Amino acid sequence: MNWHAIKAIYRTEMARMMRTVVQSIVAPVLSTSLYFVIFGAAIGSRITEIDGVSYGAFIVPGLIMLSIMTESISNSSFAIYFPKFSGTIFELLSAPISYIEVVLGYVGAAATKSVIIGGIILTTASFFVDINIVHPFLMFLFLILISVSFSLFGFILGVWADGWEKLTIVPILVIMPLTFLGGTFYSISMLPQTWQTVSLFNPIVYLISGFRWSFYENADVAVGLSLSMVILFLAACLGVVWWIFKTGYRLRA
Amino acid sequence: MQPVISIRELTKTYAGGFEALKAVDLDINKGEIFGLLGPNGAGKTTLINIVCGIVTKTSGSVTVNGYDNVTDFRQTRSRIGLVPQELPTETFETPYNVCRFSRGLFGKPPNPDHIEKVLKSISLWNKKDEKILMLSGGMKRRVLIAKALAHEPEILFLDEPTAGVDVELRQDMWNVIQSLRETGVTVILTTHYIEEAEQLADRVGVINHGEVIVVEEKTKLMRELGKKELVLHLAEPIDTLPVGLGDYRLELGADGSELTYHYDTKGEHTGITALLGALHEAGIRFNDLHTSQSSLEEIFVGLVKKGA
Repeated sequence: MNWHAIKAIYRTEMARMMRTVVQSIVAPVLSTSLYFVIFGAAIGSRITEIDGVSYGAFIVPGLIMLSIMTESISNSSFAIYFPKFSGTIFELLSAPISYIEVVLGYVGAAATKSVIIGGIILTTASFFVDINIVHPFLMFLFLILISVSFSLFGFILGVWADGWEKLTIVPILVIMPLTFLGGTFYSISMLPQTWQTVSLFNPIVYLISGFRWSFYENADVAVGLSLSMVILFLAACLGVVWWIFKTGYRLRA
Repeated sequence: MQPVISIRELTKTYAGGFEALKAVDLDINKGEIFGLLGPNGAGKTTLINIVCGIVTKTSGSVTVNGYDNVTDFRQTRSRIGLVPQELPTETFETPYNVCRFSRGLFGKPPNPDHIEKVLKSISLWNKKDEKILMLSGGMKRRVLIAKALAHEPEILFLDEPTAGVDVELRQDMWNVIQSLRETGVTVILTTHYIEEAEQLADRVGVINHGEVIVVEEKTKLMRELGKKELVLHLAEPIDTLPVGLGDYRLELGADGSELTYHYDTKGEHTGITALLGALHEAGIRFNDLHTSQSSLEEIFVGLVKKGA
């Protein structure tokens, strides 16, 4: 194992985040605050409690998920796409490293950023509403697993993309709708029965539901199922990344 | 001598069907400067990229210090530094940071002293904290060389290192390459500037249409394939060659005021003394003379044309 390489990639990626601190940190904090102002204070005050939790507090786990999913994907997809675009990837391909080092470096850094952003949003939210985390350890586990999974997914996206458009099309056309329809702002039990069934085909539902359970012990699906879905998604992404490096897909001619 | 890089029957056919390499065999000796020459599209970069691990071979084998470059890739790649032909650089980073990154990527522990030494050796130290974006093309090329040297490679591939650089930088690069050889680094250099290979290389390989046409010591190649000629500038022009000079392969040119004599430096007798004696006897006087030797470039063009 080439630890120096992992450290070099991780350090460079974290430095990139510090260089783009406005985009990386300030932007998600601002957008979350706006969601609280609109949904928490303005609209939320007219919505009754959901399963004994005020609407403002109810949306906190969903908002954190929304941010860490989009940030994980955008950070890691950009991190691997940009060297491909600029040509500097030659160095990564000619270095004495296997996919394990590459993934630990890039995905580790992207996931770290997401966990930091999650923490910042949680802190920001605590200024607006009272938050009580019933299962902090489980909450942290979900946060890390989902950050890692979506960073892996972003990595795959960055390898697959052969243009800037493809890089943005998946987050906007697939991830964003699934997240909004996955119970970020509502409990799927509020939907008509048919749409509840349809919602169960949306994998994001399981992630948000499990994460919310760790806060308030209320969920749309059983928490064990949620955790299994996260691990399944993580395993699938790892499998694809392994295949990418084995075949050199879109990396080696 | 045990070759440091050993390439056997290496072939590469790209996905589109283009056959870039056709059963290439090549050995690179430890500590030499090897000049890999060939026209555009001959397969030079493909060959380098396969050895470095950037391109996947179709068949054949590559070993570096006895290690297979696919199964023992960590062993082979950690020994190799590559300076690519294009100038892909991390636009928003600084030369110092990218060198530190490269060193780590190749598995070497941090060593600020070494990075300082490298940056100073190619006159980049005073730019070490500037954004690469702000550097000129020549400076970017220095950054790429610094990155490759930052991880102390035993073997250095330089793919067209002086393409588009000014005379001063080219001289600097040549000095760097010479000093690397003195420290025992093996250098493989591809270039379009044949004079560069002529100046630097110990051995030369010519590749064309994916095949290695010739591999030879540079001096031997130039001696064997090169021609030498002696040109005499006559004091008074003559119309025809005097009868006694018929045995010499002489050419009369420039309106009868120049005589050109071709000879072979390998031969025991060049025939120059005898020719000068014969000219004296024939009463032909001359007021100047010079000798010239075909350049590596002329030899190269001859080889490539023959293969085309």
